[in-house]
Amino acid sequence: MLELVVNGEQRSLRVEGRTLLVHALRDGLGLTGAHIGCDTSQCGACTVLLDGRAVKSCAVLALQTEGTEITTIEGLAQDGELHPLQRAFVEHHGLQCGFCTPGLILTAADLLARDPHPTDETIRHSLRGNLCRCTGYQPIVESIRAAGAALREGAAR
Amino acid sequence: MIPAPVRYVRASDVEHALSLLAEPDAKLVAGGQSLIPVMKLRIARPSVVVDISRLGLSGVEIRGAELHLGPLTTWDELLGAPELRRPALAAIAECARGIGDLQVRNRGTVGGSLAHADPASDMPAVLLTLGATLALQSPTGARVVPLEDFVVGPFTTVLDAREIITDVVVPLPATGSGSAYVSVEHPASGFALAGAAALTGPDGGRVAVTGVAAQPFLIGGDDPEKALQAAEIFGDRFAPAEYRRELAAVVARRAVELATARAKEDA
Repeated sequence: MLELVVNGEQRSLRVEGRTLLVHALRDGLGLTGAHIGCDTSQCGACTVLLDGRAVKSCAVLALQTEGTEITTIEGLAQDGELHPLQRAFVEHHGLQCGFCTPGLILTAADLLARDPHPTDETIRHSLRGNLCRCTGYQPIVESIRAAGAALREGAAR
Repeated sequence: MIPAPVRYVRASDVEHALSLLAEPDAKLVAGGQSLIPVMKLRIARPSVVVDISRLGLSGVEIRGAELHLGPLTTWDELLGAPELRRPALAAIAECARGIGDLQVRNRGTVGGSLAHADPASDMPAVLLTLGATLALQSPTGARVVPLEDFVVGPFTTVLDAREIITDVVVPLPATGSGSAYVSVEHPASGFALAGAAALTGPDGGRVAVTGVAAQPFLIGGDDPEKALQAAEIFGDRFAPAEYRRELAAVVARRAVELATARAKEDA
């Protein structure tokens, strides 16, 4: 039995040795916000936070996460309020089809937690593991820059 | 894709891990950033994966005249380590910053990369120039192997089926040394088409290249371009051998220049 905390809730589920974290989240817990976009761990659409750090959930065995805390896109909004990153992606047109968006937002959440005021170069470097086929990335960079500013403002208040 | 059926066991200590490796086709997994992708493609079909990620063999520490890198230290931990913020060791974090992507750097480990021995992996070039040695543990005892003798070919090392890397040791370069890592990456995969690490200082210079041959190798610091002319370089559909040879010379020269500039900072 795998026991872990997902989006703040203690969960337990039965998984095989070969079960990937992304399959445990999607098929075991119904959290389909972690998308599967490739077979080769390159696209980053399945990115979740593992103890606060962005990981590709298709490149982690579910059983490796015993006792850890996972945050998926479903767990980011608090009390019905979108997370500043989610709001910024909406306001700055950071998505078109939306398939890559959960992964991008969670990668950006890891970045902003460590560096609340990243340069555009740092933002772009951090997005290396997330592929987007629609936007051309520029609005994504703008969204993350804006979310950083919103988070800093929130922290200063 | 879903890996082939496999048993999963979390090792409680090094001895436990070694005893589990007695099983045929057992594989160690730590960060899993190389192993799990190849398990998904079913290129690797281990019978059991032995999870060593919680054995605590991580951390960056300077003890006496040596730098110790725990094999389970992640790339991200290397990036943040204050011990590495000195000109002589600057190549380590510089190299770590370019490995994989943010998610891979959060999980991938130094020891895992060394054991995987991808011919285009970056860090072995840096650790070769720094003269790193590896401490290995097996059920029959411990041994120390210089990194130069550890990798013997593509994805092939001298690591025994029942052996585990327990420490990565770098002798601290003399005061007034500088190091650097420069690479040109394939834009999609991020792997080095050619990468070079350099160490310069009062003890002389050393240069190692990666991504251009069956394994990363030292080319000596005196005349990297001449050494590269004589080396056996591979080519593929991304970069023919002669292009790679030129590129290796370029990154080697840049790495030496950068290392030399850093050595002056340290003097």
